Amino acid sequence: MLKVSGVYKTFNKGTVNEKKALNGIDLELKAGDFVTIIGGNGAGKSTLLNSICGVFPVDRGSIVIDGNDVTSLPEHKRAKYLGRVFQDPMMGTAADMWIEENMSLAFRRGQRRGLKWAITNKERAMYREMLSQLGLGLEDRLSSKVGLLSGGQRQALTLLMAVMRQPKLLLLDEHTAALDPKTAATVLELSEKFINENKLTAMMITHNMNDAIIHGNRLIMMNEGRVIYDVSGQEKKELTVDDLLKKFADLSGAALDNDRMLLSK
Amino acid sequence: MQTFLSSLPGPIAQGIIWGIMAMGVYITFRILDIADLTVDGTMGTGGVTLVVLVAGGMNVGLAMLIAFLAGCAAGLVTGIFHTKFGIPAILAGILTQLILYSVNLRITGQRSNVPLSVDKYALMLSLRNLSRAILVSALFAAAIIAIMYWFFGTELGHSLRATGCNQNMARANGINTDNNKMIGLVLSNGLVALSGALLAQYQGFADINMGRGAIVIGLAAVIIGEVLLGKVFKNFALKLLAAVFGGIIYYIVITLVLQMGLNANDLKMLSALVVAVFLGIPYWQKKLRERKSNKEVRGDA
Repeated sequence: MLKVSGVYKTFNKGTVNEKKALNGIDLELKAGDFVTIIGGNGAGKSTLLNSICGVFPVDRGSIVIDGNDVTSLPEHKRAKYLGRVFQDPMMGTAADMWIEENMSLAFRRGQRRGLKWAITNKERAMYREMLSQLGLGLEDRLSSKVGLLSGGQRQALTLLMAVMRQPKLLLLDEHTAALDPKTAATVLELSEKFINENKLTAMMITHNMNDAIIHGNRLIMMNEGRVIYDVSGQEKKELTVDDLLKKFADLSGAALDNDRMLLSK
Repeated sequence: MQTFLSSLPGPIAQGIIWGIMAMGVYITFRILDIADLTVDGTMGTGGVTLVVLVAGGMNVGLAMLIAFLAGCAAGLVTGIFHTKFGIPAILAGILTQLILYSVNLRITGQRSNVPLSVDKYALMLSLRNLSRAILVSALFAAAIIAIMYWFFGTELGHSLRATGCNQNMARANGINTDNNKMIGLVLSNGLVALSGALLAQYQGFADINMGRGAIVIGLAAVIIGEVLLGKVFKNFALKLLAAVFGGIIYYIVITLVLQMGLNANDLKMLSALVVAVFLGIPYWQKKLRERKSNKEVRGDA
């Protein structure tokens, strides 16, 4: 479903701030894989997801989604394959627009946008039904501005918008990190539910090692722009947080330096 | 007071014409979140294009359409500078504005002022007949509000709103934000040129400098409309209408202060200061709120 081959990305090349974010990373995902990604600060986790989305062009290597080479496509043209939820709950929705307007924007991802009405009544009924699955009471607030919602509600809405067109690949970039623990758990539960129900292929960056172990069928650990540990199946299920910390120290030759990760251990 | 009341129809007509310009500014400033300075040039382009074409014997309606398209072209240039050349929007607008100064002089044949007599040509409106001028400009404003209401309710219109609201979100949902910014700039400048074409007929001439400071008047109209009517006018069509009312109020106030003895040459300074203050108000309000909540936190501790 996804094939990342030999991708390099260096920021601020040739300056004192040069940062090799991706260092010839290779990664292949089968359809239905749900991969959790962990790693220290600056390991390249977000850069990997952003490279797949086309937020910036990569220096070398190729990215193929479901057989389509998207390496040189601009961000908006790749969007039809992807569903994205950002770390910042403000980033995934348009605050000044209504809930239903936001949903209709997501519903037309990958479609031509012409001069037809942006929302039909039939869609409205569908959105209401979809929103009721979130269990947050948003189905009665179709014409509320998204800016009036809480961070958790916005993130749940972004998630719904990300999955509503059955993306080839769902990318979750620490999407619960900015939420309070209870809301984070709800959003994570919803993510799991949508991924299972729609049999989505997904990648989730998390700083919570427990979550990384519990969720998904595969776990990868990144360091210095590469995958240093890749585990799936039974072996993954049996991992413990201590195993992961030890693994990291063995493989990278350093202790894990993700502050938030250590705090949430 | 008597003279003030009897002088009202003029500012009302002018206010509606500038209100149309303000709706163009609304597209860039409020919907796309871009301050587009092209309009200072486009206003003149619309005016001189219409005058030259009508004086050359063209039908007024057709001349207005061409003036509108000339404005669209100017917006496209700014859009290309901004999205393809990577020039910040404000600077891109200033560059096009400067280009238009030369272009406008070309259109007039290097004359700074071109007359258009209502006695010789079948103009749509003129300050000689104020009630007709108000009626015609109001009809234009109503038609433009209706078209904009429709357009910004379509799929494409929504994607423009999303572009102005949150570019990350827009791109993540497959929206070509660069194209949308260009579409917005094109429409906005088209409307501004149309307003310039109406204004040239109203005043009976077009002037190379007729658009100088236009952006400030447009912003003033938008902001006055929002401040006075924002609480009541929530619907998009009504928000546009508020900009038109903003234009009318602006011109009534201007007329009043002129009658009270203000030097006409100080007008631009006054307008700019008024806009600066009104743009500052929301910022100050935010500062005050932050300071207040900060105090409360410290009070608790």
